[in-house]
Amino acid sequence: MQTTRRALISFAVLLAGWQALVWATGVEPFILPGPWLVLKSLAGHLGLIGRHATVTLLEIVLGLIFGSGLGIASAIGLSWFPSLRRWLLPLLVVMQAIPVFALAPVLVLWVGYGLASKVMMASLIIFFPVTAAFLDGLRRTEPGWLDLAQTMTAGGHGPGRWMILRHIRIPAALPALASGLRVAAAVAPIGAVVGEWVGSSVGLGYLMLHANGRMQIDLLFAALFVLAAMAVTIFFTLDWLLRRLLPWQPDTLPSD
Amino acid sequence: MPAQNSDITTALSPDTPAIGIALRGGALTFGDKRVFNQLDLDVPAGLTTCLLGPSGVGKSSLLRLIAGIAPEATAQHLETSDGGPIVGRIAYMDQRDLLLPWLSVFDNVTLGARLRGETADRARAALLLQRVGLAGEANSLPAALSGGMRQRAALARTLMEDRPMILMDEPFSAVDALTRLRLQDLAAELLIGRTTLLVTHDPLEALRLGHRVLVLSGDPARISEPLDPLGLPPRPSDDPALHGLAAQILRDLAG
Repeated sequence: MQTTRRALISFAVLLAGWQALVWATGVEPFILPGPWLVLKSLAGHLGLIGRHATVTLLEIVLGLIFGSGLGIASAIGLSWFPSLRRWLLPLLVVMQAIPVFALAPVLVLWVGYGLASKVMMASLIIFFPVTAAFLDGLRRTEPGWLDLAQTMTAGGHGPGRWMILRHIRIPAALPALASGLRVAAAVAPIGAVVGEWVGSSVGLGYLMLHANGRMQIDLLFAALFVLAAMAVTIFFTLDWLLRRLLPWQPDTLPSD
Repeated sequence: MPAQNSDITTALSPDTPAIGIALRGGALTFGDKRVFNQLDLDVPAGLTTCLLGPSGVGKSSLLRLIAGIAPEATAQHLETSDGGPIVGRIAYMDQRDLLLPWLSVFDNVTLGARLRGETADRARAALLLQRVGLAGEANSLPAALSGGMRQRAALARTLMEDRPMILMDEPFSAVDALTRLRLQDLAAELLIGRTTLLVTHDPLEALRLGHRVLVLSGDPARISEPLDPLGLPPRPSDDPALHGLAAQILRDLAG
């Protein structure tokens, strides 16, 4: 509750600062509209923004599902097959260094103008942090647990190896996976919006670009506000969910 | 209460016959340093053997060698008294409780069955938890338990495995003195009839719990002549004779 109140106060101070800046500099509304103007524009275009926001939200959520699923599967695959790890891990690291945004035009060219290219873009951007975080967790299992499990499964070969992965390595890596998923939730909107910028006829990214072109800067800001609110909501919902699901992972930083 | 306790203890007595172990030509090398070489160790069936030694002498590695989880140590021969394999017939207990933080105490105690894809004997697990005084904590997560309780849960998990041989690596060294004494009494009672090899650096613990006490020391390390203290474990901690022996062992270790 305390945290929420602090967040609201910070937000209010930010708004006041924004308004003060607009008043003090007398900047034209088509360069920087004040918060009041943005709010008015938001109220006036509620239906329009809502329609575009629904599409973007769908892209983000689908991207999160596919990207996380793919990341989880590939992390488990990489941890299971040492040869796969030797061959693919360096490749993954190099691929992660490629700015995914640069691929957006190609994706639109290949997959088309519609939803699929944006979902793919978001998935791609999510895939790496999820894979990296989960694989890291899978590799850092407490050696003592593995020793114990080996003595219980006659050496941990054959079916024992799978059972150790399922009952020890994977649960032990869940907190690391949760960190990866938090990063994913934070970057997924970027993927979706970049995809929309490159080529689309619907979505908040498209609406912002369109509004910018027609000097409707207040509408651009209204769309941006909704996008930010959506991203923050997704992040905190996921964070709350992960905390509920992993109760044994205590928060050791004091909540001050 | 005592009568009930002994009933429970009978119900928990080993189903599997105890086995002895003979190890010949054990070797442990760290880099250029040869910790021990050509080491022989005999663990008699059905008794508790305590292996004492200063830290760094390789006693844990020796234990892990028998457990099959020591890539660092090797042996020329390692055989059981009945000629069967060792793999899959030992239960291992570490100095750390090694409880999985996401599983309840009950699920931790039955972890072995879960890992083998078997159905756990829930009645036996409940009985063991009652015996180690954790019946009320079966559904708690390990984080809610004190260090002594966690180690008792680990003891229950070790006995739940019901293996012909139990290997313990300084099982009670991480708890306070009073808890340690209680855990030793509990362990001695529950280990009756089982083959146990217990590694410790505490002479008094070895003398309280061991039918037989072996000392590993020197460079490269050697195992002493077996010492068989009088009486049956758990020997009382306030026995002056025990303290005299402990002091003598400490002197030998230092000397």
